[in-house]
Amino acid sequence: MSRDEAVIAYVLRLADNALILAQRMIELVTAKPELEEELANANFALDFIGQARMLYSYAAELEGAGRSEDDFAFMRDGNEFRNLLLIEQPNGHFGDSIVRQYLFEAFYVHQLDALTRCKDQRIAEIAARAIKEVRYHLRHISHWLIRLGDGTDESHQRVQASLDELWRFTGEMFVSDEVDVAIRDNLAGPDLEAIAALWKRDVEDVIAEATLQLPEDQWMARGGKQGQHSEHFGFLIAEMQFLQRSYAGASW
Amino acid sequence: MYTQGLDQAGKDQEAGAETPEHLEAFQKRIDAEEKIEAKDWMPEAYRRTLVRQISQHAHSEIIGMQPEGNWLTRAPSLKRKVILLAKVQDEAGHGLYLYSAAETLGVSRGQMVADLLSGKAKYSSIFNYPTLTWADIGAIGWLVDGAAIMNQIPLCRCSYGPYARAMVRVCKEESFHQRQGFDIMVSLCRGTAEQKAMAQDALNRWWWPSLMMFGPNDANSKHSAQSMAWKIKRFSNDELRQKFVDATVPQADFLGITMPDDALVFDKDSGHYSFGEIDWQEFMDVVAGNGPCNRQRLEKRNKAHNDGAWVREAAQAYAEKQAACAAA
Repeated sequence: MSRDEAVIAYVLRLADNALILAQRMIELVTAKPELEEELANANFALDFIGQARMLYSYAAELEGAGRSEDDFAFMRDGNEFRNLLLIEQPNGHFGDSIVRQYLFEAFYVHQLDALTRCKDQRIAEIAARAIKEVRYHLRHISHWLIRLGDGTDESHQRVQASLDELWRFTGEMFVSDEVDVAIRDNLAGPDLEAIAALWKRDVEDVIAEATLQLPEDQWMARGGKQGQHSEHFGFLIAEMQFLQRSYAGASW
Repeated sequence: MYTQGLDQAGKDQEAGAETPEHLEAFQKRIDAEEKIEAKDWMPEAYRRTLVRQISQHAHSEIIGMQPEGNWLTRAPSLKRKVILLAKVQDEAGHGLYLYSAAETLGVSRGQMVADLLSGKAKYSSIFNYPTLTWADIGAIGWLVDGAAIMNQIPLCRCSYGPYARAMVRVCKEESFHQRQGFDIMVSLCRGTAEQKAMAQDALNRWWWPSLMMFGPNDANSKHSAQSMAWKIKRFSNDELRQKFVDATVPQADFLGITMPDDALVFDKDSGHYSFGEIDWQEFMDVVAGNGPCNRQRLEKRNKAHNDGAWVREAAQAYAEKQAACAAA
């Protein structure tokens, strides 16, 4: 893998995480428990789509093959997407989607922080913009996790179950492969081992404040970063890409 | 989580206080174009009319999120997805804003929401029609938001201050929505034959319901005369409907698509388009709950509310624990 290929692969992973999480979040529009949460959910999803667009556009420029942001989003097959398995998990109930977003963004904020100092100026600029949004998401989401954990018996049990269920998808975030190593070594990118320690510290703090139990060490699922996704991912992609695929060559 | 205790506020104003002198003084203020504010004296019927109108408007924003939200996951480009999501978010914001405006009249958001969920309160019937293709998202922006703007711009001068001020902001955003909808229609009509057919099909389905948005003909509009006297309403239903038709037909000509109305013709003498008879039976049917999506819209709203009950309870319990800790 050349240096440029590694950068393109890395940028697409970042973009895919942002887009697929946004896609899951917009499935929830009009299903939120409170009107204020409709506004927050849409706001955060807009941030993620905005990040995805900047990243896809950059990947398109680096690749130089004439692809557009929409070609990446709508014309790739499922196995070409490189988002984490955690991101694509179905929404479940309110607590499930809060935990999914929290576990990811608690990682993403440190990933972006490291990327603001990377040697690729464009990535550093995008990260500097995105981290402001993600810090704000984290504040909102972690407050919800604490409220649910330390709310009623029912909410405590539900959100503990969400945490236990989704925990097995967190390991993949910290498993380095040749793309991660290339970005770390060539561009002074994130060191995933260091980020794992920061993530664990933050997550332990919030889980403790939420009066929840940290799940035990366990087998961890992986494959998203290599394009091996869950069964339900195919449906997400099919729904998202339907118009572009059905009316090839049309512009909208 | 909703503001409590507001339901009683309006009842402090006893009906007995509505002397002819009071009513005359109130009407003088209205005629002098003074704004009525939340703490001012007002006739009970004026208050009730505004509560009904503003809460229906808020409910329409909330229910209106559903037909458009239906295409969020399938929007055909990232740019269109962002625009549609921002629009749906604006509608949630308008709902919040309008519920707050209605609360100034002494009714709680909790009560208004309960009335929506039980089916007691009405919302704009247009949202009981389905969005079947992507072109419907264009047609809603172009026609439904276009009709809404015709209705709402005069409300910026409504005699009730909090509503008038809310409408200034709402109208600014609605005009963006209208332009974005028209832009979708332009793309479709300049696109492939299939896309243009999609646009025409959407126009066929949304045109008549859009005309119905202005309400019954003036002769049959039961609230109109009093609302006009109170300057809640500035133009009659038929006047606004005519304005909308006159503005919209040339836009359809520009797009190269045709209104589904054989009787539509430009009348040189009056300078207006004359158009065919609206199917008022369909209008009454949809208002009565028998439109294509009435049940679905309310079921979805109720499901979201019920599914969220444990979340709201948790937030309440947490807030109480925090308050108890702070007090200790």
